[in-house]
Amino acid sequence: MVRVLINVPKQVFRSIPFEVKVLISHPMESGQRRDQVGQAIPRDIINHFVCTLDGETVLDADFFPAISANPFLAFSVVAEKSGILALTFVDDQGVTQTETVAVNVA
Amino acid sequence: MKLPRRRLVALAAVAAVPRAFATPAEVDGLIRTLVGESPLKDGLVHLDLPVLVENGNAVAMRVSVTDPPSPVESIHVFAEGNPLPVVAVFRFGPRSGVPAVSTRIRLATSQTVIAIARLRDGTCWRDSAEPLVTLAACIE
Amino acid sequence: MIRHAAVPILILAAFLSIGASDRRSGYDDASPETRAMQDDDAANPAFLWVKQGEALWSGGCANCHGDVSLMRGVAARYPAFDLKRDRLMTVEQRINLCRTDHMAAPAYAWDDDRLLALSALVGLQSRGMPLAARPREPFMSEGAALFRERMGQLNMSCAQCHEERAGQRLAGSTIPEGHPNGYPEYRLEWQGMGSLYRRLRNCLNGVRAEVFTPDSREAASLALFLTVRANGMIVETPAVRP
Repeated sequence: MVRVLINVPKQVFRSIPFEVKVLISHPMESGQRRDQVGQAIPRDIINHFVCTLDGETVLDADFFPAISANPFLAFSVVAEKSGILALTFVDDQGVTQTETVAVNVA
Repeated sequence: MKLPRRRLVALAAVAAVPRAFATPAEVDGLIRTLVGESPLKDGLVHLDLPVLVENGNAVAMRVSVTDPPSPVESIHVFAEGNPLPVVAVFRFGPRSGVPAVSTRIRLATSQTVIAIARLRDGTCWRDSAEPLVTLAACIE
Repeated sequence: MIRHAAVPILILAAFLSIGASDRRSGYDDASPETRAMQDDDAANPAFLWVKQGEALWSGGCANCHGDVSLMRGVAARYPAFDLKRDRLMTVEQRINLCRTDHMAAPAYAWDDDRLLALSALVGLQSRGMPLAARPREPFMSEGAALFRERMGQLNMSCAQCHEERAGQRLAGSTIPEGHPNGYPEYRLEWQGMGSLYRRLRNCLNGVRAEVFTPDSREAASLALFLTVRANGMIVETPAVRP
């Protein structure tokens, strides 16, 4: 389990876009580096990230090794009613993790 | 005396392993494939990167489209001077608000970075930036 | 009468003149983008460690220490002298002593993410407060001597870069004054979190000097000297640096 920080405004308003900020603890090992004895360090990155609100897609992203370690994402969401924001990401080993946070529409 | 010398040669060879880098032609080919027969124009999409990059490990990047005439389907980011030409692809769904994403990217060196936005009306838009990546003196 | 009243004011003024204003935090030399990372807790990757620290705190430390907010001001006074053990200690060493002496748990390695997580959490409680380490002897003098001692194959001292040439440029970077007011910190170069010791080791390697160990008297004494030298500067933990 990697650590995830999700920042959503405490209260949002119907039909008015709000910003979500996400930090994920992950080395995003690029596969381009070598260790101290010259061995290539295998690639290990989060390669896919999806954010949904009550099942409807907000953002669907493909990551490549050029995404920095401990990835940061900020993007915009629009809600019509309160719901559950879900973030799902997949790494190179095929491990999937989902984190959820409530969105409260005034 | 021979062994250390051989070792040195081997070390030098390791250090000199040619690292493959993306090329402008490769990025151009990827963009042509992405855009297909659609018109590709400069403008509408904004790629914000610092002019002077303090550390290429984490470069603040924002891609956005202001007042799109048709919903933004996706934004694709390419780096001409990185080991791999593709940086990220962002697809915007029905619950997306403003079509904009901020993230941090790795830049191996000073280079041209290109963002392509594809709109639902089939048009494609382009912006580019040429950040100068400086190198620190004291690295671990 | 006026003269008498003026004396304390003059003394106060003397203190203020060596206050924070004439010293530059690494923050002041960082790019606007790096500063922005530090300014927004939701964008500062160090808070991934803080979050880890919160889980560790509530799962152990809280049993004795209660809410972590009670740690406010503590990190600003470290390194501190432990009378019972007759030694100077960094925050990291204090956390490890808590583990070995009171929790029957093994000490964390100096670069263990869990130690960084706890020291980041404890340090965060002092954010915004002025550094206030006590210049305990003989550690203070030993640290000062180390700061000015030429070391390594490059035969350079800390002072040559971080005092005499601070503000000048070395390759693409501004040479910082070397104030430890943001540790542990997230360094873009490291792509992760690191302690003041990691940074000292980095410098010692840089001048090709023998690296003193994390639990050495040298490491603690130099940390004390650097902290006292930065006394009055504001704690930024967990800072972000290039």
